Amino acid sequence: MSDNIKVTINGQEIETQPGRLLIDVADENDIVIPRFCYHKRLSVAASCRMCLVEVERAPKPMPACATQCMDGMVVQTRSQKAIAAQKATMEFLLINHPLDCPICDQGGECELQDVAMGFGDGVSRYTEQKRVVMDKNIGPLIATDFTRCIHCTRCVRFGDEIAGMPELGATGRGEHMEIGTYIEKSIVSELSGNVIDICPVGALTARPSRYTARPWELTRHAGVSAHDCVGSNTWVHTRHNDVIRVVPRENESINESWISDRDRFSYTAIKSEQRLTQPLMRENGDLKPVDWETALNAAAAKLNEAGGSVATLVSPQATLEEHYLAQKLTRALGSSNIDHRLTQVDFSAQQNAPVMPWLGRSLASLETLDAALIVAGSLRYQQPMLSHRLRKAVLKNNAAISSIGHVAGQYNFDMHSELAGSASRVIHDLASIASALAGVSGKALSPRLAKVTADCEVSDQHRAIASSLAKAANVAIIVGTDALPNPQLALLQELCEAIAVAAEATLGYLSVSANSAGACLAGALPHRAAAGVAVDAPGENAGEILSARHKVLLTFAANPLLDAPEAGSLADNNDSIIAISSFDNDFIRRQADLVLPLAAVVESSGSYVNVEGLWQSFNGCVHSRGESRQGWKILAALGQVLCPDEFTYSDSLAVRNELKTLCSDVELHNLCGIQSKAGGLPQADGKIEKVGCSPIYACDDMTRLSAPLQKTPLMQLQSAVIMNRQMAEDAKLLGCDQVQVTQDKGTAVLPLHIDEGVPAGCAWVPSGVDAVRDLSAAYGKIKLEKVS
Amino acid sequence: MQSGSKIDLLNDHTRAEIDHWVARFPEERKRSALLQSLVAAQHQNQGFLTNDLMDAVAEYLGLAPIHVYEVASFYSMFETKPVARHNVAICTNICCMLMGSGSIVEHVEDKFGIKIGESTEDGRIYLKCEEECLAACAGGPMMQVDHVYHENLTPQKVDEILDALE
Repeated sequence: MSDNIKVTINGQEIETQPGRLLIDVADENDIVIPRFCYHKRLSVAASCRMCLVEVERAPKPMPACATQCMDGMVVQTRSQKAIAAQKATMEFLLINHPLDCPICDQGGECELQDVAMGFGDGVSRYTEQKRVVMDKNIGPLIATDFTRCIHCTRCVRFGDEIAGMPELGATGRGEHMEIGTYIEKSIVSELSGNVIDICPVGALTARPSRYTARPWELTRHAGVSAHDCVGSNTWVHTRHNDVIRVVPRENESINESWISDRDRFSYTAIKSEQRLTQPLMRENGDLKPVDWETALNAAAAKLNEAGGSVATLVSPQATLEEHYLAQKLTRALGSSNIDHRLTQVDFSAQQNAPVMPWLGRSLASLETLDAALIVAGSLRYQQPMLSHRLRKAVLKNNAAISSIGHVAGQYNFDMHSELAGSASRVIHDLASIASALAGVSGKALSPRLAKVTADCEVSDQHRAIASSLAKAANVAIIVGTDALPNPQLALLQELCEAIAVAAEATLGYLSVSANSAGACLAGALPHRAAAGVAVDAPGENAGEILSARHKVLLTFAANPLLDAPEAGSLADNNDSIIAISSFDNDFIRRQADLVLPLAAVVESSGSYVNVEGLWQSFNGCVHSRGESRQGWKILAALGQVLCPDEFTYSDSLAVRNELKTLCSDVELHNLCGIQSKAGGLPQADGKIEKVGCSPIYACDDMTRLSAPLQKTPLMQLQSAVIMNRQMAEDAKLLGCDQVQVTQDKGTAVLPLHIDEGVPAGCAWVPSGVDAVRDLSAAYGKIKLEKVS
Repeated sequence: MQSGSKIDLLNDHTRAEIDHWVARFPEERKRSALLQSLVAAQHQNQGFLTNDLMDAVAEYLGLAPIHVYEVASFYSMFETKPVARHNVAICTNICCMLMGSGSIVEHVEDKFGIKIGESTEDGRIYLKCEEECLAACAGGPMMQVDHVYHENLTPQKVDEILDALE
């Protein structure tokens, strides 16, 4: 570029652009400048003064983090003047810093330690008393030791700028300044754990792994997080055969430098007491330990005998390889009864559904959006890092983001418009927007949809959303995972397609858990084999599998009682249940006849396909616990007994490669011309309708068994019946601590919270937690009563 | 997900005062009105702020509560703990110190049996710890009692002023 400028740092001439920060330019050219408060993803505070450098013709040293490059600038980072300034700053920062490195968790990876070694003096001249700051309890995830704090305010800026939820602040003044929440309060943000990484000292450390290991004892393994479809990259830190902690692995196109708390702390579950560590077989009503050979042979015998009367439920969290082998095994037995869509209710349009529902664009491109419509998703709690991209679009681009969902007021950015309501209300709102959009864009709805939406009411809010979508250039329609349990999923998809076409937007489907996209590719579906190839005789879908009778039901990493909303109907329908699972749970205790212990997420090699369609493979980081085994090995071993020639894999990579070859021609389309069978819009159901989804830390067994995550305020908040004040008053529940929820024949007792974000006519009831095990569908009519 | 609203804690006068200040700044810069809003809230509550009052101000201005706590705990003109009703601030900055503010402080501390930063038990006098120069150097030693400056102090003069307080 012609308007480039030249700066000279330490005699090295560097070409750069005007206005760029000196520290960034130095970093790019491997010139070391010490810093504490500067962080490349946070605003510039220039408060620590550690990055002082000498700039020619400037009267005093300048902070490199707040100095913009100018043409001809000559900078010295190691001149006498610069070194003196850095030394003085270092001495100043160490005045009140305790010399407790030997008992500090940060020791060994501490920026203060490193910079003091590199830029400080060997001896301290300070003999006066140091100040002491009382530690604060800010929740189960982050341990504090604020005496160590050097007031860089990275954590404060993180809350303001990245988490979008200012919770930590600098209160007091001068020597009395403290970082904290001021009032006794646990940090609520779903991204809070990142402050542990950005804290340059040991003031904020990870509570679950506190005092367990030293950084230099740890080995790091590249991992991929397993709880949402973003597939955030992680480093899993292990010592010997023990997972100590999980931290982010920088990947600009996926998770930048961050991970959500769910991805960071879920590993704590792998050591939980509920881990299954040996095969179990039911004898006289009790599950008794057996050896692997006995268990495998028994399983193979049962499966062989059942043949076509086998049904398989696979968790969407399973790896690509596991999905592929599970469906291969099921199909080899002559059955197509396999599904991973545990939360889905309406399967009527499955034949036309996309081969692999995906985002329709890259994650990074979400930042460039001008407008978007989120349909039936609570992205902030379901895909936190994806929600963060949308937040950036709003902040950087002033994007007009609207939402049609079940609860309003959840986002940490300004919404253009929000509509909330029951499952049927969402369809009505979509219909209204589709018809408003037809008016604005001049692209008429298909005659079929025009008929279906004929009597929908179009409000000003619908028109405003429609016009925001129509007039913007870069638009996305994003369908969240709350859509899947909608009884009118097909109509919802049909309407979303129409809206996407009319608004010239990309249509994106967010996949459940880490790998439901991969499950579709691998063929863990009753109507499609690997690579989306349609099968002649579709088998039973998840709903049918749960209610029909089979000789053998095989569950893989799935806990139907909590993962599938309708599992209340999973009565003693099946002759035999074989459960392959990492964790013991009520389903296994009550119903499984044979239990094969499965390696947990970080113990297994495999691949996940994220919502952009990216295949990410990883290795196991530690040996699987006890006698548990990796899923692909268990399935391949079963396969080898049942059909010896077809399951000869030496490692999980061989399975992946086989599938990869099959998938080489797969093209991804989300606009598939889905046509529902709906003749009109659905009617509202009952006086109070249930809405809700799994709370943020109840999306799979691993998060449910993570003790620190369960103790977070966010989890407490979402493990309750939530209503708006007026609704609670009308139902005479205001002031009740506990309410009883009745749905069909099941009941549950939960605490009551008031939140104006829950719309009139609805009550938010979580799914996927033990308390609601006896309730059924995610949406539908319920009765609420006071618990006396 | 919000808990109960505390906005009703602000009385009409405080709200009018806040509205007055909010109107002076661009619409999206309500945070600029925070200092004066806290002054008004403190005024309605006999000279000190409570956590609930700060939350109410945060809610009224649409700010995160921590942003209000930061400001209230930074400025010495805000009291975040209960204090007595008369705010007595003796300047101890350099000019007043040279003019003998030390003996004034000593006198007052002895008179009431409390230290700087404490309130009398009857809830009448609060000896504020003044952090900054009160900018009346020519009249030192000086003190500020409930927003009123008193200069050229002597122990007798201080007695007269403080004894006259209700």
